[in-house]
Amino acid sequence: MSGFSAYLVRRLAAAVITLLGVVLVMVLLVRALPGDAARVIAGLQATPEQVEQVRQSLGLDQPVPVQYWRYVVNLAEGSLGTSARFGTSVLAEIGHRLPYTIALAVCGTFFGAIFGIALGVLAATHKGRWVDAVGSMLGVAGISMPVYWLGILLIVLFSVQLRWLPIGGAEGLASLVMPTITLGVFSMAVVSRMTRSTMLDTLDQDYVRTVRAKGVAEWIAVRHALRNAFIPILTVIGLQFGTLLGGAVLTETVFSWPGIGQLLVQSINNRDFPLVQGIVFVFAAMFIVLNIVTDLLYSVVDPRVRLFR
Amino acid sequence: MTPALVEVETPAAPEATRTSLRKLRTFARNKGALIGVFILLFLAAAAIFAPLLTPYDPTAQDLSSAFLSPSWEHPFGTDDLGQDILARIMYGGRYTLAIGALAVSIAAIVGVPLGLISGYVGGATDMVIQRITDILLSFNPFLLALVLVAVFGVGIGTVTIAAGVGVIPQFIRLTRGQALSLREEVYVEAAVAFGAGSLAILLRHVLRNALTPIIVYATLNIGVTILVAAGLGFLGLGVQPPTPEWGTMLGTARSFIFKASYQLTFPGLTIFLAVLSFNLVGDGLRDAFDPSLRE
Repeated sequence: MSGFSAYLVRRLAAAVITLLGVVLVMVLLVRALPGDAARVIAGLQATPEQVEQVRQSLGLDQPVPVQYWRYVVNLAEGSLGTSARFGTSVLAEIGHRLPYTIALAVCGTFFGAIFGIALGVLAATHKGRWVDAVGSMLGVAGISMPVYWLGILLIVLFSVQLRWLPIGGAEGLASLVMPTITLGVFSMAVVSRMTRSTMLDTLDQDYVRTVRAKGVAEWIAVRHALRNAFIPILTVIGLQFGTLLGGAVLTETVFSWPGIGQLLVQSINNRDFPLVQGIVFVFAAMFIVLNIVTDLLYSVVDPRVRLFR
Repeated sequence: MTPALVEVETPAAPEATRTSLRKLRTFARNKGALIGVFILLFLAAAAIFAPLLTPYDPTAQDLSSAFLSPSWEHPFGTDDLGQDILARIMYGGRYTLAIGALAVSIAAIVGVPLGLISGYVGGATDMVIQRITDILLSFNPFLLALVLVAVFGVGIGTVTIAAGVGVIPQFIRLTRGQALSLREEVYVEAAVAFGAGSLAILLRHVLRNALTPIIVYATLNIGVTILVAAGLGFLGLGVQPPTPEWGTMLGTARSFIFKASYQLTFPGLTIFLAVLSFNLVGDGLRDAFDPSLRE
């Protein structure tokens, strides 16, 4: 096996172990539900037969290892179980909603990356001047902003006062604007802080000084520096994705965006734990896969990075 | 003039005191950090002295004065139940700020020993703790907290623990790294050679040296736990009304976004300012005491 595929296999194995751990945590948590878990999940109006059915279908009548094993076997067969509330397949419920969450997360990431890098570069090239001060302020304000409050402020301004944008839902591109900004501001702040500090390092390197000494336009020097500052920036964008998914839960709720984050909150309110389990699993899987992809991207962006020997 | 007098030296301050004084001065010169300290003191004072500062009971309902816009009598207005919003924000600090600080303390109390053991002992123990950290990390703090309150129910205790669990991995990672690097230090090797026990070394040498970064991390993470706890409140899955928790207030007010948007302004602004101040102070502490922690 080549170094690359060995590396990939090792990473994927670690990912599978982590995901098995995530499943174990979720199984144990459902077991830890106060009172009779089956009754809680089936709902207060459920008949004793329905409660029994939930108990059996979730394996709550079995010892924990058996219940866990069954969940894992189902998972291997591509099933995440049945929603206690809708009686439909959890995978199908998630399948309907996932594209919305991915669209939002991708837009938010791009928003954060583009504006974050721009802000960071501006701050670094104007170090100590007012642009830099404003950039730092925006940076720390961005990581301190509660997404739910930012979302509400945008709604009050653009939907209630100005009536420019729809208050929520997913009707056309206009409805994506406010959720994207809401979700992206945190990433923007983190990326801009990272970009500024890395750019300050690279702008000081010999090769940038050489480029400048040749008398080229300043933006060419900046481009050289940025290309080499890219790896840490990319790392931050990748790592950001986990936080972004957490933020997506709140953003989707604020804007009634029909993604799996909104579905998660609804499922928790419905005590629909099979659905909760499935959504949490998908969130964790997305996070883990994205981390691997980020690491792989390094070696593309910078051939000096050797992930494997 | 006697030369002898010139030679008299004032006893030099011990090296350690001098460096920490210098670091303290660096911190005090940081404008952002000072603003953070100021906001924090302001919010804390408002929470502590709330009974002296406002005539209103934060949970006294008076439907005849519901939905009043901000005025001299009610500077931040009143909510749907006629409760004074300023009073609720002041008393609410007792919940939101305390939950944030307590949650981080819990995370540190669990995470620091795990990280120290992981880094110092190594081997299979390290691997097990690292896998647990990976699992916790793949949840992300807010998602984990959400699942925990979904299972164990809403309420101040659950919310505090749930918000804390999410940042445990941060402390494990940090102290593990510290323990790994400090293990190689000469003075730790010397302590081993003198026959000091592992626990004694961990506590006396490794923990003491890791204390500064731990404090920096704790400060920065209070911002995170406040956001998580208030986020749960916003979803109705946090501290329950009539308790005046800031996130919960924001969540309730959300239903009146058309009718009374002022109700949404102040609780949100206060959450923002509280998180901002912890981040500013944390950044300042990091730059002054441990610049190596910069991202």
